[in-house]
Amino acid sequence: MPLQQQGLYFPEFEHDNCGAGFICSLKGERSNHIIHIALEILDKLEHRGAVSADGKTGDGAGILIDIPHEFFTDVCSFEIPERGSYAVGNIFLPRKSNQQKYCISILEQELENQGLTLLGWRDVPVNPAIPGRIAKETEPIVKQLFVGKASEEQEDFEFQAKLFSARKIAEHEIYNSRISEAEFFYVPSLSTRIIIFKGLLMPEDIKLYYKDLMDPRVITRLALVHQRFSTNTFPTWDLAQPFRYMCHNGEINTLKGNVFRMQAREELMKSPLFGDAIKKILPTVLPGKSDSASMDMVVELLLMTGRSLPEVMMLLVPEAWEKNPDMDPAKRAFYEYHSCLMEPWDGPASIPFTDGNYIGAVLDRNGLRPSRYSVTKSGFVIMSSETGVLDIEPENIEMHGRLEPGKMFLVNMEEGRIVNDEEIKQAIVAKHPYEDWVKNNLIHLKDIPYNAEIEVQEEVGLGQRKKVFGYTQEDINTLILPMGMHAKEPIGSMGSDTPIAVLSERPQLVYNYFKQLFAQVTNPPLDGIREELICDISLTLGSDQNIFEYTELHCRKLKIQNPVISKEDLDKIKHHDKSPDYKVVSIPILYEKERGHNGLEDGLEAVLSKAVSAIDKGANIIILSDRGVNAKKAPIPALLACSFVNSALQRLKKRTKLSIIIESAEPREVHHFALLFGFGASAINPYMVNEIIAEQIEAHDITEYTFEEAIQNYNKAIGKGILKVMNKIGISTLNSYRGAQLFECIGLHSELVNKYFPATPTRIQGIGLYELEKEITQRHYKAFGKPDLDATLDLEIGGEYRWRRNGEAHMFNPLTVAKLQKAVRNNEATTYKEYAALVNEQSRHLMTLRGLFEFTNLDPIPLEDVEPWTEIVKRFKTGAMSYGSISKEAHENLAIAMNRIGGKSNSGEGGEDPDRFYKNQSGDWKNSAIKQVASGRFGVSSNYLTNAREIQIKMAQGAKPGEGGQLPGAKVGPEIAKTRNSTPYVGLISPPPHHDIYSIEDLSQLIYDLKCANREARINVKLVSEIGVGTVAAGVAKAKADVILVSGHDGGTGASPLTSLKHAGLPWELGISETQQTLVMNDLRNRVVLECDGQLKTGRDVAVACLLGAEEFGFATAPLVASGCIMMRVCHLNTCPVGIATQNPELRKKFEGKPEHVVNYMYFIAQELREIMAQLGFRTVDEMVGQVQKLDRSNALDHYKSNGLDLGPILHKVRTPEGTKLYNTEEQDHGIKEAIDFELIERAHPALFRKEKTKLSSPIRNTNRAVGAILSNEISKNYGAEGLPDGTLKIDFTGSAGQSFGAFATKGLILSVNGNTNDYLGKGLSGARLIIRVPEGTTFKPEENIIIGNVALYGATSGEAYINGKAGERFCVRNSGATAVVEGIGDHGCEYMTGGTAVILGSVGRNFGAGMSGGIAYVYDKDNSFRKQCNSASLNLLDVEDEEDISTLRRLVEQHYNYTLSTVAQGILENWDVRLAKFVKVYPEEYRQALIRIAEEKLQTV
Amino acid sequence: MEHERKVDGYAPAEERIRHYKEFTQPLKEKDLKKQGSRCMDCGIPFCHSGCPLGNLIPDFNDAVYRGKWEMATQILHSTNNFPEFTGRLCPAPCEEACVLGINEDPVSIENIEKHIAETAFEKGWVKAHPPVNRTDKHIAVVGSGPAGLACAQQLNRAGHKVTVYERDEKPGGLLRYGIPDFKLEKNIIDRRLDILDEEGITFTCNVEVGKDISAKELKEQYDAIVLCGGATVRRKLPIEGADLQGVEQAMDFLSQNNRKVDGQPFEGAEISAEGKKVIVIGGGDTGSDCIGTAFRQGAISVENFEILNKPGLDRPEGQPWPFWPMRLRTSSSHEEGAERHFSVSTKSFKGEAGILKSLVTVEVEWAKGEDGRMALSEITGTEKEWPCDLVLLALGFTGSETSIVDQLDLEMDPRTNIKAAAVNYMSSIPGVFVAGDQRRGQSLIVWAIAEGREAAHHVDKYLMGNSHLPLKGEGDLPRV
Repeated sequence: MPLQQQGLYFPEFEHDNCGAGFICSLKGERSNHIIHIALEILDKLEHRGAVSADGKTGDGAGILIDIPHEFFTDVCSFEIPERGSYAVGNIFLPRKSNQQKYCISILEQELENQGLTLLGWRDVPVNPAIPGRIAKETEPIVKQLFVGKASEEQEDFEFQAKLFSARKIAEHEIYNSRISEAEFFYVPSLSTRIIIFKGLLMPEDIKLYYKDLMDPRVITRLALVHQRFSTNTFPTWDLAQPFRYMCHNGEINTLKGNVFRMQAREELMKSPLFGDAIKKILPTVLPGKSDSASMDMVVELLLMTGRSLPEVMMLLVPEAWEKNPDMDPAKRAFYEYHSCLMEPWDGPASIPFTDGNYIGAVLDRNGLRPSRYSVTKSGFVIMSSETGVLDIEPENIEMHGRLEPGKMFLVNMEEGRIVNDEEIKQAIVAKHPYEDWVKNNLIHLKDIPYNAEIEVQEEVGLGQRKKVFGYTQEDINTLILPMGMHAKEPIGSMGSDTPIAVLSERPQLVYNYFKQLFAQVTNPPLDGIREELICDISLTLGSDQNIFEYTELHCRKLKIQNPVISKEDLDKIKHHDKSPDYKVVSIPILYEKERGHNGLEDGLEAVLSKAVSAIDKGANIIILSDRGVNAKKAPIPALLACSFVNSALQRLKKRTKLSIIIESAEPREVHHFALLFGFGASAINPYMVNEIIAEQIEAHDITEYTFEEAIQNYNKAIGKGILKVMNKIGISTLNSYRGAQLFECIGLHSELVNKYFPATPTRIQGIGLYELEKEITQRHYKAFGKPDLDATLDLEIGGEYRWRRNGEAHMFNPLTVAKLQKAVRNNEATTYKEYAALVNEQSRHLMTLRGLFEFTNLDPIPLEDVEPWTEIVKRFKTGAMSYGSISKEAHENLAIAMNRIGGKSNSGEGGEDPDRFYKNQSGDWKNSAIKQVASGRFGVSSNYLTNAREIQIKMAQGAKPGEGGQLPGAKVGPEIAKTRNSTPYVGLISPPPHHDIYSIEDLSQLIYDLKCANREARINVKLVSEIGVGTVAAGVAKAKADVILVSGHDGGTGASPLTSLKHAGLPWELGISETQQTLVMNDLRNRVVLECDGQLKTGRDVAVACLLGAEEFGFATAPLVASGCIMMRVCHLNTCPVGIATQNPELRKKFEGKPEHVVNYMYFIAQELREIMAQLGFRTVDEMVGQVQKLDRSNALDHYKSNGLDLGPILHKVRTPEGTKLYNTEEQDHGIKEAIDFELIERAHPALFRKEKTKLSSPIRNTNRAVGAILSNEISKNYGAEGLPDGTLKIDFTGSAGQSFGAFATKGLILSVNGNTNDYLGKGLSGARLIIRVPEGTTFKPEENIIIGNVALYGATSGEAYINGKAGERFCVRNSGATAVVEGIGDHGCEYMTGGTAVILGSVGRNFGAGMSGGIAYVYDKDNSFRKQCNSASLNLLDVEDEEDISTLRRLVEQHYNYTLSTVAQGILENWDVRLAKFVKVYPEEYRQALIRIAEEKLQTV
Repeated sequence: MEHERKVDGYAPAEERIRHYKEFTQPLKEKDLKKQGSRCMDCGIPFCHSGCPLGNLIPDFNDAVYRGKWEMATQILHSTNNFPEFTGRLCPAPCEEACVLGINEDPVSIENIEKHIAETAFEKGWVKAHPPVNRTDKHIAVVGSGPAGLACAQQLNRAGHKVTVYERDEKPGGLLRYGIPDFKLEKNIIDRRLDILDEEGITFTCNVEVGKDISAKELKEQYDAIVLCGGATVRRKLPIEGADLQGVEQAMDFLSQNNRKVDGQPFEGAEISAEGKKVIVIGGGDTGSDCIGTAFRQGAISVENFEILNKPGLDRPEGQPWPFWPMRLRTSSSHEEGAERHFSVSTKSFKGEAGILKSLVTVEVEWAKGEDGRMALSEITGTEKEWPCDLVLLALGFTGSETSIVDQLDLEMDPRTNIKAAAVNYMSSIPGVFVAGDQRRGQSLIVWAIAEGREAAHHVDKYLMGNSHLPLKGEGDLPRV
């Protein structure tokens, strides 16, 4: 049984990621051996899975094979017809015999109803001793069902359809039956070709559990295997994979939207195949299943429409066609046509699939999951997440390949051959005249002529209307104006310290009660700027059609490139009447203000009924418009109306008939638009923004642009912003984002949410429609009710982003800042108390959730009995702020302070000067105890990691979760460049994702890598509070993190788009308690340390965090304020007037902070905490952790908005057995001991300790991961960044190296592999030389075969790599100093590279050099195709002419030949003069200018 | 910072002391814009907190920087009824709280304020706006200083019928009779009064409430009364010779001179500094005003005594930024040639035939006493005699006069101000409100205006049940 919702835990936020693979015989030979090999694959992928707290229950694994016909003929007691003319399935059944019988009878009944023949049942022999304790609890009874055709003549397809119908109907009936074990019932497979054995088992246990698999008579041509890594330990048997047609490694981010839209589509489904019975089959997607399971159910249905399995895959996981002008027009048209039918199922996904005839796999458009395959001469195809899972003689290898982004890999079992992507797709796209259909039916908005200006007469002036919609001067000046001028979203800094909407005393727009969800750990956020060609925000409007048919009507739609449209565009849409099947209806969304919330409620119903009647009259576009407000009519919030119409039409099964356009004065910032799209809108005209821009043009606030241009700028800025919001959760297309509701409500009552925003999580309740209306009334009153007094401002100033007395309240305000600074500078305990009282009081004054609590169950003890402050401060940390984001002075100040008291400071993402690793004479130590590893990997080297006490992986950041960052070149002075291992004056980009973490098993790998790089350091994973963070944390705990940090949404930052600052993430109160609850439920809590940060300001804050479950605490803004920060909020401008967030030497002189100030602050906090502990009766912090019973909701508060809040879920205490510890008591077992490095270290003694040249050799395989990291750690410990002399220790490996081969490998090492490697080769390479060459005996051409995996040399700072073959995606991503030679690469090569040299002697994938700001690449462009593949925005593509360049290049090619005997290198060298002309030098413009500047500076100093 | 701080210049001292006119030399508009650009639009504008009115300083600075003077006028008047007064006379706690002031010269906020106000008058943007709708409520405001005027204007805006009672000939209170013309020319007050008049406020001058009309009677006639009579009781110096001719209260001296400049008659004997050696006791603003006036009258010399130690130019430790610091401030009057003496206590006046001839001082020392307070002790052997002809006592004020208090039986606070709740400015008698110095004790003009405005809101609320008159919002920086 899956775990039920409790406290803050919502089961729907489970995630899973996995290892997957298949093997098949091209020759069609069936054998039992294949099963063993396939299971061996899984075994070798075990590190990609996870184990529950019982140490035995895997998250699920399974195998799909051909139906072993001969075996069944032998073992079945009943007669079995010919192969292929009957179906067999493994069926999971309830354990109680009555219920079991019930399920069997239902299923049999439905088979009979379909006219099929029941052949018989067979008990599947299993070994009950195998499953672990947890798995045992949900273990079903497994029986095999054999079904025959209705008659011998029955067509195969019809037979399939009947089987499908019978199963579906039986499922619905059983799940609706309310029998207690209904959940046990599940049909893993029921097919004429394949059968699936799966369960909550460890991979190696599958064959032990399902004894059939060991039977030599069980033979197959193919085997598809899978094992799950689920974020928590409540996986269930049915969710083990493979599913009926596919398995999946990755995550479907858009699942919710996909499922909603699928439901909507069902309205239109008609098929002669099913007739009326189709209604009984639906819904297609059963609720509560995983993303993969849901997708499989859709695949199943789509197969019933007559599409082939590859076609279905193209439909669901289209390649990035939108921005690919080179794509074959027919294929493009196919995709465009189908974009009108189905939105992409978007997210990282490698999907192996099979129907028994075809076996293949498809990869998502981003290429975010590894998928490698090998073809052997003996006729096997082996595909899996990793290479080297099977030992294959080099001589036997036909080829090594990888699945490419958006591409398909297919084996036709009947024909016994591999069909390449092009061939498959060509056949599919030729089935219908898609090109003509699209050309004749799809209208583009831009092509619609604009006839005449249609004046909209508003009876009320703009000034008053601004008030009705709650505009402030700040909205206009801070948001709208900059977007109108610069076409970019405005940036802010230092986080957010205003109350969440429900705690604000000011009337809030509905939008503010929603928070954007974002990707962390289980899927990666994307980079829509650098990887623009994968992203798209266009939408199509109009009526949908029956998916069972193919007609040109399907694409008779209106397409809008940027669905944020101008008034002119809206007029065009309104008055376009060329097409007979095009009808637009405008529906006002206003209500009678007098009638209060009844008026609003009725108004909404009226909108809905108008929409319904519009549909009935044939409308296919409705415009919801809040034009026409006046003294009597108030606007219905556009979001409320949009979501209500969207969801209600869905309920009424009318949703697919039309698209919704919003014409509203409300939306002004990106978040508003994102929400409207997220809740179903297809286009938005923010007309009031248009009017305000007109005003600004009039007032000459905007002078450089015309009105039209300014509107365009604004729309563009919003478009980019939406892309960023989508990217944040890992979605590439607005088509998939639309209606996906990727938000969480905070402070809305579930009654309101269920009615108007169904299926959106809201966990602490809050206001309802009544209060919402009250807020509308307050704004309306300001516009129409309030007398016009002289000398008052027309529009309120605001105060959301910058404090104003009459604006929104801020936790840090003049008084709190002033008091805190006075307290720490003069060491005045009394002043600190005043400060704390102000903060605590104001937090009680309805500003934060913690403010709503009060301490209870007091049990006072003497203060002396509480552990001393010196012990407590060891749990304190300062925030991750990089040197670069803050000044050297400020950065070192924090480090010294924290080292003095035994706490920990954090390097942030910027490396650290090795000088700081050593104490100075006075005993002060500038070394940051915590070294951060973020997505940019700046300065992350072996030596850096070696000098950490804790290594923090930043998965997200409170102020801007899901986003990357950028340090512009101007700020990268020589000193900063040095610590970051980069080139001065070259801009540095931190990508949104870690390119080695696209999923949970990747994180697990990085944790392992870092643990190898420094075994003494704790590995800390930083997450940001959002719904589901607890589940993610459980996964992270299983991935072996030592510390999990949950950050609040409000943390400070150097720079962040204002949207993210305000609207992404949740307060830590929710995150910490959800995490605590989930970890305790999973029995994982004692394995990890739980840390909290995010605007912790006082001892009381710490106490609350501790009682909710945190045991370590981080502070960032407050220590900065203690050091002199005055919340200028200009960190992003380099103009910090107090020398903190600036690199300007003049401004840095103004820094007046002292370590004492920070020490005093920490002391005061600890003392305040001790006083609270004494009051509550806790002697130690350990005792206090998680004791939520000491918190209660304060009765003192009474505000109409906060009254509806229910804090119960936060204060929920998970029931645990007596004596369960709620804090960290155990160390994680990282499995480091098994690493081969230790053996190598022993053998390398002379090299390591006497610097004697030593040569070793060793076999290697894919389970040997991060080889070289431990070795390098040992070297760094002894020799620092210097390492050993070049070539001191040489190790030759033979085999397939596991992931992260050569990670952080340092100077003096030469590591070579004869064979191939997996992903992350040379991650963080720190000076070593890596050589990967094909083994002797190889017959394939290395340059055409994948030798290393994806993401090689990520964040490498120095060293060399020579690769005798092709690399996958993102070669040299964020390389900042390594030199690499390779013979071909995949997409996104040299992305974000800032230094170093890459030589590519072969083919190059798309989007080369995106975000590449430094370093040089030499590309051997044999067939003049390279330029097209380049993201050449800021790159110079030159001939190699410079003498120095030529000699460098030649030297590198020569070395490549010397190290690898590369035939490609040989060929080039033999014809050097001719071949040289084929080389292109890629020289980033920024880098060129930086080098000029550096040269000039050198001249000056000489 | 791209631009240095700049404020209006002064005419040379030798020139300006020949008349009573204002003597500033205004900056040009382009310089003012530059000064506006120095404002950094802080995340937390401490100035906005330091200003007792809650002036929207970053917002008007930005408007000035962008050349939007009319917008600046609107922003400024939204929190301040009389920026032309504060723009001239305020010691500018905002500038002490300016973030730029942490380590550079603060933004010249006050000077910008003055120019916004002057531009507004010049351009005719300051116009009377009589309320569109009138209530039937009548309110008496007693006292026409900045608190009374601000309170009256606010209440009038809310539509109430307001009558301001003033015992002197003309409205303005200390602005008119205390502040010398060279710091505030009286036409500045008059042009504002014209507007208030035009907006429908009734001014009843030459009527002293408590004397000419009893407070009780007033209370009966009006729906509410607001006492804005100031802290007018002068501190005395009860030492030997205090009754000699030539020992005079600063306020008598200043008000007489202002009347002279205005051509008004004055009561009592003329007090003149012409040809005299003048000593001003008291180092505050009033003392400073006495110095400037004495020079203009033709004093031979002016000495200025202050009993406290000479403060430094820097902030004292206990008063860090952004709090208001006690530090040496030098006014234009000081610069006109006065000698300033600190840590000096006057022990006695000496005279001949009842006429002052000299005074005797002793130097004092300040040290923290056992109760933690600073206490003074005299340094023996430091007595000094100073020949002089005129001594002006500028020792401050000790609180409210009592006639109205007695008539209405109002409670006083321990500092002899009229007690009124900080939450709503209402005295112990319902319907009787108190604002300005009469409530908080002697203070700044900016505080008086702020109190007048805040009180008006509460009076309106008291009368109508709710009020749309603005409040300044929380966030005042306390004194430390």
